[in-house]
Amino acid sequence: MAKEMRKIAIYGKGGIGKSTTTQNTVAGLVELGKKVMVVGCDPKADSTRLMLGGLAQKSVLDTMREEGEDVELDDVLKAGYGGVMCVESGGPEPGVGCAGRGIITAINLLESLGAYEEEHDLDYAFYDVLGDVVCGGFAMPMREGKAKEIYIVVSGEMMAMYAANNISKGIVKFAESGGIRLGGLICNSRAVDREQDLIENFAKELGTQMLYFVPRDNMVQKAEIHRKTVIEFEPEAVQAGHYRNLAKAIDTNKMQVIPKPMPIERLEELLMDYGLFD
Amino acid sequence: MLDQTPKKVVEREALRINPAKTCQPIGAMYASLGIHGCLPHSHGSQGCCAYHRSHLTRHYKEPVMAATSSFTEGAAVFGGGANLRQAVNNIFHVYNPDIIAVHTTCLSETIGDDIPSLVNQARDDGLIPAGKLVIHTNPSYEGSHVTGFSNMCRSMVSYLTESSGEKKNQLNVLPGFVEPSDMREIKRILRKIGAPAVVFPDTSDVLDAPQTGKFNMYPKGGVTLAAMKTTGDSQKTLALGAFASEDAAKMLQTKAEVPYEVLDLPIGLAATDRFIEALVELTGNEPPASITDDRGRLLDMMLDYQQYLYGKKVAIAGDPDHVIAMTEFMVSMGMIPTYVITGTPGKKFTLKIKAILRDVNPKAKVKAAADFFELHQWIKNEPVDLLISNTYGKYIARAEDVPFVRFGFPILDRTGHSYFPTVGYVGGMRLVEKITGVLLDRKDRDDPDETFELVM
Repeated sequence: MAKEMRKIAIYGKGGIGKSTTTQNTVAGLVELGKKVMVVGCDPKADSTRLMLGGLAQKSVLDTMREEGEDVELDDVLKAGYGGVMCVESGGPEPGVGCAGRGIITAINLLESLGAYEEEHDLDYAFYDVLGDVVCGGFAMPMREGKAKEIYIVVSGEMMAMYAANNISKGIVKFAESGGIRLGGLICNSRAVDREQDLIENFAKELGTQMLYFVPRDNMVQKAEIHRKTVIEFEPEAVQAGHYRNLAKAIDTNKMQVIPKPMPIERLEELLMDYGLFD
Repeated sequence: MLDQTPKKVVEREALRINPAKTCQPIGAMYASLGIHGCLPHSHGSQGCCAYHRSHLTRHYKEPVMAATSSFTEGAAVFGGGANLRQAVNNIFHVYNPDIIAVHTTCLSETIGDDIPSLVNQARDDGLIPAGKLVIHTNPSYEGSHVTGFSNMCRSMVSYLTESSGEKKNQLNVLPGFVEPSDMREIKRILRKIGAPAVVFPDTSDVLDAPQTGKFNMYPKGGVTLAAMKTTGDSQKTLALGAFASEDAAKMLQTKAEVPYEVLDLPIGLAATDRFIEALVELTGNEPPASITDDRGRLLDMMLDYQQYLYGKKVAIAGDPDHVIAMTEFMVSMGMIPTYVITGTPGKKFTLKIKAILRDVNPKAKVKAAADFFELHQWIKNEPVDLLISNTYGKYIARAEDVPFVRFGFPILDRTGHSYFPTVGYVGGMRLVEKITGVLLDRKDRDDPDETFELVM
């Protein structure tokens, strides 16, 4: 009896820590005995670095460029930490071609190669998507029900919240046609004043929840330099516990909503209320 | 066939139904064919190139040679640079043109391929043989096929025009997006008046080449690269038709300080007069009797058939330069342009048409970026006596039983346009013949026996 695979896409402002949070959380899910695939949707192809211990991955598009359309799943799929299946869509070098189209091509190719089929017995597929949803290509994981759940990584900084609000607008659009839902906000703390209050209320206003508050800890950077997740690098660290909790929170999360993005004025009011501007 | 077109006109913003224009690269490809020994190159997927070639072939009934970058999924993602380099290499090795004229398509434009640096790089890497050239333009999806044509004319100047520092006793003439027959007639007029000129682009003897039983990939016509080079030394540029030709003329002024004058396409009596007058002024030569006799014959025809033309209501659709000149011609024949549209966007169009119609029919409906659907609705509400447009108007002509004259681009269902001009006095005579022909055929069809005339 096949189990229902949960397909999750992680969005958020560029540089907010999507890839780091995703991989650390996936490590937590692995400890829970889950079988996971991570699909990196970023031309930089660095979404699986911590899983694989470096940029050892040949991206789908690189492979396609070299071998033509005749690509085998094994060419692009690599097992990483705890058996996590890792794929990078890849993309053109900066300044040429169309990265958005690249993501569409890569995801379509993965589907036609059967990366999501039952034989892989997956519990989770994670799409880790680059920064803002700048064009249709970057919305690909939301389209046609590819990902069913979205989590937005955010911090108490205004631009991060602004991006989260914008991404919510994208979700609303695809929720009507594709049936995707927002699972919650993950606060990746920047140690801003009253950050937790702010994001909890921001989440409430969006009609969702703050799923977890990940405190800032230099341990994350330290593990990253060693190309490892915190859980792998320092299993006993306090931060490793936080990622395990986040993994559990996602695993047990039942709250899936269509968000209610707010006008920019309301967002600014929120920031005022929580004392960001004196 | 158009039975479902509703009479009630509803305000539309985003939707165009049967737009009175076509795809931009078609114009760029047509202009490229007016360079001698040129292979047009479509930087995009194969389908674009195939459509543009076949559309031109359907109109000119001649083979249209063009190459493509043959984009695939990979090219869309990684950019078309590698494909273009490969194409340039292949084309010079296999087809050996003097010049390749590259234009973009929607796909290459959207992914943002940087053609100038790709062309420069290909040159630096020795992919372009000595003496051979690659020029480019970016028509893609801005404007219409007229914009694509205009952009390619401008690129011809920016890549090919040189200034030797010594002025030559010659003019530059940009004939606009007209037929090979029209370009031939413009050259004939220039010769008759004694005005040496570089006419570019020039598709005569390219897209109206005689049948010799032998295929020639690069027919004898087209402006030569040597002639193009000298355009920077000319005394003046005459740009015929602001929409198709002004940008190139402006570029000539910027690049080589050749002053320019924009004239309407010399279609009809008054517009041809202005063209001839400009040539007389520039050369100091009097027009020869052969030209003034042509003029007299056109005037005679217009007068002889005045009784059948006067007061007739006309709908005109087509490319802006053509429609502007045609509207003026209709007015000078006593006809009343009632609906005047173009598919190409541009406020200049409506201003110009309204100026022409100010004293004749200030209430005429005039619209740029318009479509045949709306024109049809107007005609349903208040019929006209004559419709003048490209082939696409024939559906309206049939549905509303309106006499119809084919004029402009494209004409896909009749012959003659690429062989017989509509510019100049001779072209005007051809138009009068066609217009009176359909109007009198209609009269003959509809008149009761007692008014059915032998002599008309």
